[in-house]
Amino acid sequence: MNIIMAMFGAVSQGLTWAILALGVYLTFRVLNFADMSCEGSFALGGSISAVLIVKLGWNPFLTVIIATLAGMIAGFITGVLHTKLKIPAILSGILTMIGLYSINLRIMGQANTPLIGQRTMFSIVKDLLPEASALGMMDSTLQTWVTMGIGLVFTVVVIALIYWYLGTEIGCCIRATGNNEVMVRAQGVNTDSMKILGLVISNGLIALSGAIVTQSQGYADVKMGVGAIVIGLASIVIGEVLFLRPWNFAFRLFSIMIGSIIYRMIIAVVLQMGLNTDDLKLFTAIVVAFALSIPQLKKNRMTVRKGGNFNA
Amino acid sequence: MLKITDLYKTFNPNTVNEKLVLKGLNLELKDGDFVTVIGGNGAGKSTMLNMIAGVYFPDQGSIVLDGEDITYLPEYKRAKYLGRVFQDPMMGTASNMEIQENLALAYRRGKKRGLSWGITKEEKELYVEKLKVLDLGLETRLTSKVGLLSGGQRQALTLLMAALRKPKLLLLDEHTAALDPKTADKVLELSEQIIRDNALTALMITHNMKNAIQYGNRLIMMYEGRVVYDVSGEEKRNLKVKDLLEKFQSVSGAEFANDRMMLS
Repeated sequence: MNIIMAMFGAVSQGLTWAILALGVYLTFRVLNFADMSCEGSFALGGSISAVLIVKLGWNPFLTVIIATLAGMIAGFITGVLHTKLKIPAILSGILTMIGLYSINLRIMGQANTPLIGQRTMFSIVKDLLPEASALGMMDSTLQTWVTMGIGLVFTVVVIALIYWYLGTEIGCCIRATGNNEVMVRAQGVNTDSMKILGLVISNGLIALSGAIVTQSQGYADVKMGVGAIVIGLASIVIGEVLFLRPWNFAFRLFSIMIGSIIYRMIIAVVLQMGLNTDDLKLFTAIVVAFALSIPQLKKNRMTVRKGGNFNA
Repeated sequence: MLKITDLYKTFNPNTVNEKLVLKGLNLELKDGDFVTVIGGNGAGKSTMLNMIAGVYFPDQGSIVLDGEDITYLPEYKRAKYLGRVFQDPMMGTASNMEIQENLALAYRRGKKRGLSWGITKEEKELYVEKLKVLDLGLETRLTSKVGLLSGGQRQALTLLMAALRKPKLLLLDEHTAALDPKTADKVLELSEQIIRDNALTALMITHNMKNAIQYGNRLIMMYEGRVVYDVSGEEKRNLKVKDLLEKFQSVSGAEFANDRMMLS
């Protein structure tokens, strides 16, 4: 029973974190840009949403939009550092990430902001529904269902938007920029603008995810973004390994959402098996390192096999 | 139509690797010219082409295309006037994208790109027609990823993309050097056909003297950053590889032996 409840919670958690993975996908896979700023923009989204709710009493849904806009600005800064000032990609992201750490502390005025007793998107939706007892379930179960529903709605909308956007003329240029910059410039497209645009959208989505996660877990923390890029990558590679040949791009995006859910399930299982939560990040890092090296490991094995045939 | 005046370019200035590549290059192209460019390594052929394309800017001098000074115009802005095919077959296309998506990118060269769908139904019909001309069977593989194509197929596709929106000038930078001889011939024939059918002005760098004589209406030889030989019309048609060799030796002395220029 315990493990089933844990799985149930893992699905809802996976859905609230899925947009982070989609944002990381845009930079890491589409633009071919390892963007570290996502760690800062995730916490930025959370901080802004929490502070606007707690200190200014804003509508939780509105705070999510503001958080997204703030994330877009962060992405813009990384983009300018990289394209206009020619700072290497990784370093541009790290600079933004580090800068955002201080900014997030400034925004909250402290290291974390609890949302206890505050209205969140989740409490608003839950209040619209009948009492848990009237539905014949525990209050915490209803809470999880609500989280799942809201996470799913946001993720599906984001997937639809990404699918549409990358199919447009500009979207095609962004995809091509991650593939072959020389060719894209030869076709009259400003590749700098495309990279900035991609980073703006990606970091906007990641901040959106940070805001959703904050409202769902009930607090924002300045360190909540630590390891965000690895968690995003874990979801992406799990999705890729599970669905090696997606039949179209929309399905590829959905596979990332599924990857995010499965990642949370794996975490739930290893925690149930007694893994210390302190070791979680190490565990995730090893899983991602292994998954990312699968193509290379496969290649090595093929070479060995070929060599064997040659000898035979 | 293209007027290059007194172009100078030094790479790595003020370092031990300093190299003066172009030393006052002058060249003028007329509308409809198909010019082949030959010359030894380091003669400045590719540098000239890259400067026309805007990959890097000259230290001095000017490049005027159809009356517009493009000397310092960013690469992506002048791309609307230029069609380009690169030496590396991987360079001209996006390998992770479909054939039709690559063509759609080229079809919008010089046009404003917005939020309408990246590829329309009518276009696809146009692409099928255009791909048929290549005679490589690509017209049935519109949704194949370009990465699955051979080097020759990719160069042919890049050629098609370069001419999809008629460029003022087509730049071919040793675009058959990475192909096997048979494929190279096929791609060269395609190049000539596309240049003729679209009445393009073209500049083609080659290391193959026979090709340089066989194709185009004008031939220039570069040496140490200048044009040292310029021949066209009747005179070019009667040119033999032997004449070119003699010409080359007379300007370069004995350096010819260690050059990778091909004789036949």
